[in-house]
Amino acid sequence: MYDKFTRDSAVSDKPANQGAALDENEGAFTRFLRATEIDARLLGMIGALLIIWIGFHLYGHFVNGFAAFLKPRNLWNLTVQTSSIGVMATGMVLVIVTRHIDLSVGSVLGFCAMFMAIMQVWVLPDILGLGHPMIWVIAVLCGILMGTLIGAFHGYLIAYLQIPAFIVTLGGLLVWRGAAFLLARGETIPLDDENFTKLGGGPYGAIGETASWIVGGLACAGILFSIWHSRRQRLRFQFPTKPMWAEILLAVVGCGLAIGFVTLVNSHPWPKGIVKREIAAGNIDPNGDLFISHGFAIPVLILLAVGIAMTFLATRTRFGRYVFAIGGNPEAAELAGINVKWVTLKIFALMGALTGLAAVIASARLNSATNALGTFDELYVIAAAVIGGTSLAGGLGTIYGAILGAVVMQSLQTGMVLIGFDAAIQQMVVGIVLVLAVFLDTLYRRRSD
Amino acid sequence: MSTANVQNIKAEPLVELKNLSISFGGIKAVDNASMELMPGEVVGLLGHNGAGKSTLIKILSGAYKRDDGEIFIDGEKATINNPRDAKAYGIETIYQTLAVADNVDAAANLYLGRELQTSWGTLDDVAMEAEARKVMGRLNPNFQRFKEPVKKLSGGQRQSVAIARAILFNARILIMDEPTAALGPQETAQVAELIHQLKKEGIGIFLISHDIHDVFDLADRVTVMKNGQIVGHAKTEDVTKDEVLGMIILGKCPTKAIPGPGAMEESD
Ligand SMILES: Nc1ncnc2c1ncn2[C@@H]1O[C@H](COP(=O)(O)OP(=O)(O)O)[C@@H](O)[C@H]1O
Ligand SMILES: [Mg+2]
Repeated sequence: MYDKFTRDSAVSDKPANQGAALDENEGAFTRFLRATEIDARLLGMIGALLIIWIGFHLYGHFVNGFAAFLKPRNLWNLTVQTSSIGVMATGMVLVIVTRHIDLSVGSVLGFCAMFMAIMQVWVLPDILGLGHPMIWVIAVLCGILMGTLIGAFHGYLIAYLQIPAFIVTLGGLLVWRGAAFLLARGETIPLDDENFTKLGGGPYGAIGETASWIVGGLACAGILFSIWHSRRQRLRFQFPTKPMWAEILLAVVGCGLAIGFVTLVNSHPWPKGIVKREIAAGNIDPNGDLFISHGFAIPVLILLAVGIAMTFLATRTRFGRYVFAIGGNPEAAELAGINVKWVTLKIFALMGALTGLAAVIASARLNSATNALGTFDELYVIAAAVIGGTSLAGGLGTIYGAILGAVVMQSLQTGMVLIGFDAAIQQMVVGIVLVLAVFLDTLYRRRSD
Repeated sequence: MSTANVQNIKAEPLVELKNLSISFGGIKAVDNASMELMPGEVVGLLGHNGAGKSTLIKILSGAYKRDDGEIFIDGEKATINNPRDAKAYGIETIYQTLAVADNVDAAANLYLGRELQTSWGTLDDVAMEAEARKVMGRLNPNFQRFKEPVKKLSGGQRQSVAIARAILFNARILIMDEPTAALGPQETAQVAELIHQLKKEGIGIFLISHDIHDVFDLADRVTVMKNGQIVGHAKTEDVTKDEVLGMIILGKCPTKAIPGPGAMEESD
């Protein structure tokens, strides 16, 4: 929260202020970070991501004879595959920031997906009639509501009955996986509602070229507005502001990233088979341009929307402020009059809601709900949050970091599949990366204290 | 009632603590303690470390739930079950442990639990920072590090943040638990000045210390605790420092003091 602002340029009063803002000995890079208010950790994460991407690409090139990683097709798939984990990771940030953990998200995802599938295929058609257009909408809402209730129940046990989150959610890990099995007696339920499966991506679950440019344009406008707005606010109170060059640099980099992302998703075309089918169906003019861009996949847009909403919640609202204050010092938060138990319950309920949403994405992508859906997701989600800079000691973490962390985890996973590592090695790598990330966090905190 | 005798127009107590008790696992940390505070009065609460001073005032501030006893504010029975309740009565507390959230900045700490919001219902960080700059300017004019997590501040600066938070919301009753523990002489003088100022505004102050020198010149009355019990109350002008030391160390009440349940029995 605070990392977004400049330190005051005025000279401070105590020798404890070693890093006084006008320190001449400070390196150019540190000064750059301070002026732009870019988090050094964020840069580190982006660096690690680039290394992973280029590493897999080159490995493919030299060892396997074909470099596939940095192809638009792979990167596009990567964005889709990240969505479900990414959505949950934004909630896990708040859970871990308050010094809790949620080990149950994978199983809750499986349970919610199964519950939604049953509503969609068995229950709602009987009530509304087969093929009713509202079936998938109601099913999705029920799934998210179910996730919220499960999360709230976990939160109640943790906050009000004082059972450690580790235990409650470890129990939940087993209970909800078992419950998912019982719901459909282990059956796989196929989902074929077109509108529902669009939520999982695929050629039909993407918004196309023009709409993607519109999204990109809105993103640029949003970036420029927020930079302008925060500068105006600081000027209004005559607070120190960032130097002009830093503002412009941030605007250029932000908009550049948005435009680059749009260009990327637009350079992945529909596969030939689907183009042919659409020509046969008369939906595409065979003499026109047959390079049909996917554009943003719908689950990716869901993740972006969740990311923005959760960032807003974490940094601009009382609830978010309380989450961080509780993480920093639970006793102080209580003494300041914050209802710590109630906030804790809400955090877990929110985690549950996001898990329900992730269940929508995951089952829509698979076109079915299976008993094993979401298995091991809790590890990916926790790893994403921790790699993204959420400290297990509490009080520290960002939403964008967790989403980047999810991209890192998914890049590792996808990359290992691409170059042909088998599942056993993939698991080992994920485990090692998780431990390493926590170790790096410990080191980082020891240094910055 | 027509005889406007000074005794009769004496205002009613701002706070009355009556027979408060609390124990932790069988140990009576506070045992049948009663005291009162008038508007504009500074009461020094003295006693050795472990005497029960912090525990007693934490009952008033809502941090602990008492086992027994009653609290009256403005003569009316008060219900204080948590810190929110206490704040609603205008009771602000500077805890001995400071109780600041280390990972958020000074402005966020000042407004913790009572954030200013914009008309959109979002946090109004700039407005909070502006107010924080004003109130901190009164306490610690050199302070400029508004946007850094509090854990990066020095002990004195953190203490200023805790004090600023308590005076920001127009407290009527201020509890200061060893407020100058981490402060240098200059900042301590500033706090003394602040106490005079707040007293003039009619705020009642409990000033807690284990060191008699911290409070003797500031307090109108002193109350001494020992082993969870009140040894006695005395007007500062009626007793000497040595007599108060005798109360603290031996539990011996001088003649001008009003003895409490913890006063030493006069054996001879
Ligand atoms: N939360 C608690 N749990 C158990 N014992 C406590 C707790 N708080 C205070 N005590 C005990 O109560 C007694 C009084 O402590 P305290 O009020 O902090 O003393 P003082 O502030 O006068 O130094 C001590 O013996 C202390 O160990
Ligand atoms: Mg104490």
